[in-house]
Amino acid sequence: MASIQELKAKIKQLEDELALEKRRNAEQVGTPAGSRGKIAKMSAEVVDSNPYSRLMALKRMGIVDNYEKIRDYSVAVVGVGGVGSVTAEMLTRCGIGKLILFDYDKVELANMNRLFFQPHQSGMSKVEAAQKTLSFINPDVIIETHNYNITTMANFDNFMETIRTGSINGDGPVDLVLSCVDNFEARMAINDACNELAQNWIESGVSENAVSGHIQLVKPGETACFGCAPPLVVAENIDEKTLKREGVCAASLPTTMGVVAGLLVQNTLKYLLGFGNVTEYLGYSALQDFFPTMVMKPNSQCSSRYCIKRQEEFQKKLAAQPKEEIQEEVKEEIKHDSNEWAIELVDETSPEESTEKSDENLATGIKYRYDRPDDTKTDDSEVVADTDESMDDLMAKLKGL
Amino acid sequence: MYCIVKEKRIIYVNKEIYAKLWKYQPSLTSIKMVDAATKKALSGIPLLKTNAGPRDKDLWPTRLKEEYMSLIKYVENNKAADNDWFRLESSKDGTRWFGKCWHMQDFLKYEFDIEFDIPVTYPVTAPEIAIPELDGKTAKMYRGGKICLTDHFKPLWAKNVPKFGIGHAIALGLGPWLAVEIPDLISKGLVKHKDEKEEET
Repeated sequence: MASIQELKAKIKQLEDELALEKRRNAEQVGTPAGSRGKIAKMSAEVVDSNPYSRLMALKRMGIVDNYEKIRDYSVAVVGVGGVGSVTAEMLTRCGIGKLILFDYDKVELANMNRLFFQPHQSGMSKVEAAQKTLSFINPDVIIETHNYNITTMANFDNFMETIRTGSINGDGPVDLVLSCVDNFEARMAINDACNELAQNWIESGVSENAVSGHIQLVKPGETACFGCAPPLVVAENIDEKTLKREGVCAASLPTTMGVVAGLLVQNTLKYLLGFGNVTEYLGYSALQDFFPTMVMKPNSQCSSRYCIKRQEEFQKKLAAQPKEEIQEEVKEEIKHDSNEWAIELVDETSPEESTEKSDENLATGIKYRYDRPDDTKTDDSEVVADTDESMDDLMAKLKGL
Repeated sequence: MYCIVKEKRIIYVNKEIYAKLWKYQPSLTSIKMVDAATKKALSGIPLLKTNAGPRDKDLWPTRLKEEYMSLIKYVENNKAADNDWFRLESSKDGTRWFGKCWHMQDFLKYEFDIEFDIPVTYPVTAPEIAIPELDGKTAKMYRGGKICLTDHFKPLWAKNVPKFGIGHAIALGLGPWLAVEIPDLISKGLVKHKDEKEEET
């Protein structure tokens, strides 16, 4: 048995070792080993030490006119989970100017089937863990984090204010909001905020069975807002009878989430840097490798007051614009003088098909998640009565039951 | 709409849940499809009139009064039918709710604390009811003990915006969830009656 003296010496030795490790740790937090310093200007020089050389090469290839402009842009990523974290990493690696991250969740071991987060980060808040990793990958990106639930009254005003003043210099709104959340409530909260602020955003999502996903560009007033129609789902062509949901709420795959994050950031880059076409709605069905796209017009009956307001503004803007002269392309009808074989051209879509499609306004392979509220049906159910009782009386009454 | 009668409690569910319950819960006293008139008589949760959420400063107090009126009626009905199974109260501004719900099984009463916020998007989106003490015990829950309502409840809610209120969320969301999950948790030993817990300690 060791004497008390020996034990005291041992404790002292362990304390010294711990203090040393702590100091080392603290130093590493400041400038982690292997991290680079900030780079003032993006260079197109092709050398091994330039982290931007391959991106700036996009200019030489004639794809993007002014890639370095990406540093002027600020993007808000709402939800830093399976899709959001990968989205943030891609934008960080692309050299985006500023990222604003929102999430109120913690990293868990159950997240390890997805990309980005690592086991040693479990227990940390997702935004904090992401900030550490991202600023290590690219210290040029300004990263701002908000660790709260945006759907509650306590945080929503701050969320709106952050979007409204989130530009690179803080003197204007963010350039784009990316929704990477996993629930309808948060999507509707983003939708409400963006309708009110006239802020463009892109919605993204992966289905609960992990085999389909989508992205949807929302320009308030110009394209359908998230509340204009029930959420869309990509047909997965799974027989309902074999579809089992026993005992679980959601499954997830790093593949589907990676694909959706890739599509989301690809369209973000096109939107910000102005190259190619930005898709308004792009679906992804993993089982069929099917990618339906469609255009979504806003609903003039939308229940969001601000959506209607933005629609009116957009129509006014359209009316004020000088009308572009549309040069009608004169299609020359191909005439064959003789039709020896009696060949006849038939329309590919049958009349029945086309009416069905125009009714639903949906592309093939896309359907609504649920029915719209039925206002036409007169409900004979009991409706709450009017009352003269005060709020306090009612509260006391319910409590006293 | 289908109706399930389980130990005097009447639960409304959609077709899918109905089919599942029938398959996995053979102990149900009776399962029957109900017509609109029966549904009305049995549920008796008054529908709401004012379409307003907590961000609508002017109309929210009116909506909140309606919520209270509807809930009071519902609890009174439950008591009259000897089927009292929950209590709720809210913060002054009506955005934060908390209370208790009970589940009866084999003449034993199991009690759980419930809580939820009224989201800024209410009533377009339903409140997310949570039972924090069951967090981590069942996969049919989201973070923080929010019960999984996607399948059986959300489509129903979406169809009835803004007429449905907190009472409907409790009756059509929490009710069926408890009826399916609690017996399962009890059989797995993950939920114990409070007397059993006391004996152990």
